[in-house]
Formats: sequence, C-alpha cells, structure tokens
Amino acid sequence: MITNFFSDVYAVLWVDLRNMRRHWKSTIATSLVLPLLYLVAFGYGLGQGVNVDGVSYLAFVIPGIVALTAFSISFNGAASKLQVDKFFYKSFDELLMSPVSSSSIVIGKALIGVLRGLISALAIFAVGFALAPTLQVSPLFFLMLLLSCFVFALFGVLIAFIINSHQGMSTFSTVVILPMTFLCGTFFSLSQLPDVAKAALYFLPLTHASNLLRATVLGYSFPWISLVGLVAFGCVFFAGCMLALKRSSV
Amino acid sequence: MNNFIYTENLTKSYGNIKAIDNLDLQVERGEIFGFLGPNGAGKTTTIRVLTTLTRPDSGFASVDGFDVRTEPAKVKKVIGVVQQHLSLDRDLSIRENMEFHARIHHLESSKRKKRIAELLEYVELTEYADKMVDTLSGGMKKKAAIVCSLLHEPKLLFLDEPTVGLDAQARRRLWDFMRRLNSDGTTIFLTTHYIEEAEVLCNRVGIMHHGHLITVGKPTELRKKLGAVAVETLVNNKETRCEFFQDRETANNYVQKLPHDAATVIIRDTNLEDVFIERTGEKVGGS
Repeated sequence: MITNFFSDVYAVLWVDLRNMRRHWKSTIATSLVLPLLYLVAFGYGLGQGVNVDGVSYLAFVIPGIVALTAFSISFNGAASKLQVDKFFYKSFDELLMSPVSSSSIVIGKALIGVLRGLISALAIFAVGFALAPTLQVSPLFFLMLLLSCFVFALFGVLIAFIINSHQGMSTFSTVVILPMTFLCGTFFSLSQLPDVAKAALYFLPLTHASNLLRATVLGYSFPWISLVGLVAFGCVFFAGCMLALKRSSV
Repeated sequence: MNNFIYTENLTKSYGNIKAIDNLDLQVERGEIFGFLGPNGAGKTTTIRVLTTLTRPDSGFASVDGFDVRTEPAKVKKVIGVVQQHLSLDRDLSIRENMEFHARIHHLESSKRKKRIAELLEYVELTEYADKMVDTLSGGMKKKAAIVCSLLHEPKLLFLDEPTVGLDAQARRRLWDFMRRLNSDGTTIFLTTHYIEEAEVLCNRVGIMHHGHLITVGKPTELRKKLGAVAVETLVNNKETRCEFFQDRETANNYVQKLPHDAATVIIRDTNLEDVFIERTGEKVGGS
C-alpha cells in the first residue's frame, strides 16, 4: 500500500521531471529574473543605509525575497503544468482513469512545483548570502523552505483544479498572487502596520513563510505560530485538492 | 456472465439536460460494439460513466462484473481508454508517453521495456518511438494513443470517436488494427458518427439519440428490419423521399409506378443512416 503510494507519486512526478529535463535551462533562468530584479531594486537601490528591526534592509529583505520566490515559483510550477495537462494535452484524464490514488496525484503533481520552487529559492538565497554574509544558514532554514515550497505547490495544484480556464488563472494570478508577493511581510516588517492590516495578512500563507524564513536566517526567536499557520494552510490546501478531485467526477 | 458491460436504467443529467436517460445496455465479451449517434446524443457521457470518470445520477452499470460506482479501481484494471481528443503529453516522445502509462498502470519495471518494445512493433511505430508526439502524422498519433492504453493488457478497450480527423487511408489502417486487436482477444467498445465505420467494423451497434438507446443489433439485422433496399426520389427538386423494400424486385416495381416527372431516382442498399433517420427523423452527424 505504502510502496504503491510512493511509486505512484513518483510516476506522476516522473512525467513532469522528463518535461523539465528538456526545458530546465530556460525554466530556471526565467524563474530567477524577477527575484533578482527585486533584490537589486529593493535591496540595493532602495535599501542602502536603511535599517529594519535592527538589521540592514538588505539582510532583512533577502529572506523575504527567498520566500516570495518559493511562493510564486512553487505555485506557478505546479499550477501551470497541471493546467497544460488539463486543457492542452488532456493527459490529466489519463491519470484519473488509471489506478493511481487521488492522494498520489495531488502529491505527485505538487512535487514538480516544490522542486522548481526549491531550486529557484536556493539560487536566490545563494546570491543573497554572497551579498549579506551575516545571514545564518541552518538546517531549520532549509526545512522551513521545503515546507513553504510544499504548501505553495499544493496551493497551485488546488487552484489549477478548481479554476477551469486560462483567463481565470491569469486573473487569479494578478488579483491574488501578485498582491500577496508584495504585502506578506516580504519587503517590509509587519510591525510597521496597523493591527487590523497585520491581522488580515496573517490569513495569507506567504506571511507565515516570510516570518519563518526571516526568523531562521536572522536569528530571531522561532515564530511557532507561523509554523502552525503554514502547516494548517498546507492541510487545508491538501484537503481542498482531494475534495476538488472527488467533485471533478460529476 | 457473458456481458462485459451491463447497464440498467442508467441516468446522468447535466442541469436540465439528460445526457443519458434510463440506458439499458449489454456488451458481450469478444465483440466490437459500436455506439452510434450524433453529437450530444450521450455517447461520450456513457463512456465517461463506464470508465468511472463520471458518476451516474441513478441506475446501475458494471464492467466485467465490477460496479463502476463502488469498485472503480477494479474497473480501471480491466479497461483501456482512448479518448476522443488526443491525450498524449506533447512535450514527450512516444516511448516516454508509453513509459508514463506503464508506470501509472503499475507495470513492473522489469516488464516495462519489453512490453513497450512489443507494442511499438505491433503498431509498426518502432522507428518513430523516440520522436516527439507533435512531429507525427494524425494516424500515428492515434495509434500511439491506442498503444498507450494497451500497455496494461486491458480486456476491454473504449475508443471514443477513434478515427475523427483522419484521412481515408489512415482510417482504414486503423480499422485493420482494431480488427487485429479484437481477434487477439480484446473486446472493443467504440463510439462513432461515421456510418461506414459502424457497418464495416462492428459486430453489433447501438444507436443513441437524446440520451436514449433507440435500437441495438447487428448492422445487417437492423437494415433488414427496415428493408434491405432503399429507393430515394427527389420530389419537386426540393425534398428527398426514401422508401424501403425487402428486395430489389419490389423496389423495382415501385420505381416503375413512379410518375414520369420524378427527377432523380436512386436504388441502393439500405444503410445504418437510414435506420437512424427512420427512428429519429434526424441525420447522424447533424446537430
């Protein structure tokens, strides 16, 4: 049963890995452009000489940019391939008609997003670390990054399941994903915000990822509440995916 | 039980539209069964229910004795499905697509390579195996989709409009292929709106219309029931009228008695389209 689960997850991931192998250079290059621009524009351009929460703005913003990279690349990496499978290739139906279980489909489809998110976020972190060597690198940081990528990839799978058009997907990206990348404590400290705004932002998963990654690389006390929040989001997204798959057979 | 597919009062609606309405259908082991009807008749919905992709609202359906609602995993093991639209991953080669199918259908890794090579040989695609899907002709893509569905050796193959969009030659080659598969032991359930395809390929056909199975039987029997010979006349240069007769002689007698101004008269064998029009008043393929 367990072996079947893992071999099924790998079977689902396998096809996306094959695909990525063909396009890996362009995939990685394009996913690095935006975070590098953020790093230059906000970290270097805007943040020279500014201090936030007791550290240089550059050191402050790097984990934020790593979090938003993990977020957008994991989300899009999982969602866009799934959308292509659903609408263009129709190959997703083949999965539904196979004996592969729903949970293997959900996890397998998320993993390509996790992988792409991890690669891009680690690349950005490497650049950031070169610029601000004061950042602390710990196993906990990598663990939190992995968790973040996984939660965001599940989010991508869920949205690709429930939104049934490209137009809908691009609207969602513009109206929900883009504002989140800017607002969720990625570029500024939430402590600067009024309580109402702060409370609202805690209902978004990226806020917790930013908190966790920032705390681990800057040596802040570990924000347990954000860990609980992020795991809770992951559970909700996974449950949503399972429900969406079940409802798709109507 | 000799019925490979069995449905009783099977019903599925989308909003107010009944896509399948109280369908009673039996498909026997070893036959090529053709499901005929215009677009929107309920053919694809029936396939989706039988392949466990869609849940019926009411009624019963089983495949190889397994209830599609309660035992979907068992149903999936015995069936192969080739969808109407090409469902291959076009970023991959044929071999990679086959490997993907082999994996999701739990083919052991030791058997995978051998089975893929055998099937490629079977459909004469070996030399194209490592080409990307998009570089192949329509007929080859369809064959590739069919072999993907055969990897786990299904006992029953569903083919939804398998020859749509193919040229005449490719279509005939695919028919030969389906006959070969069938004679090698695979039961085939195909939907089509090509009359000729149903007539030359299928042991039995069922005709669907607005979600109802309006008639079912061997093509020759259905034609005979209507009359083996058809006489088409063009009335007032506007309307084609069709009469059916048991044999040529009675048809000829009828033609002799036609008024002299009957412009065009065609005497021909009755076909399944006549059966369809007589039963529904509509043409197959028209919407």
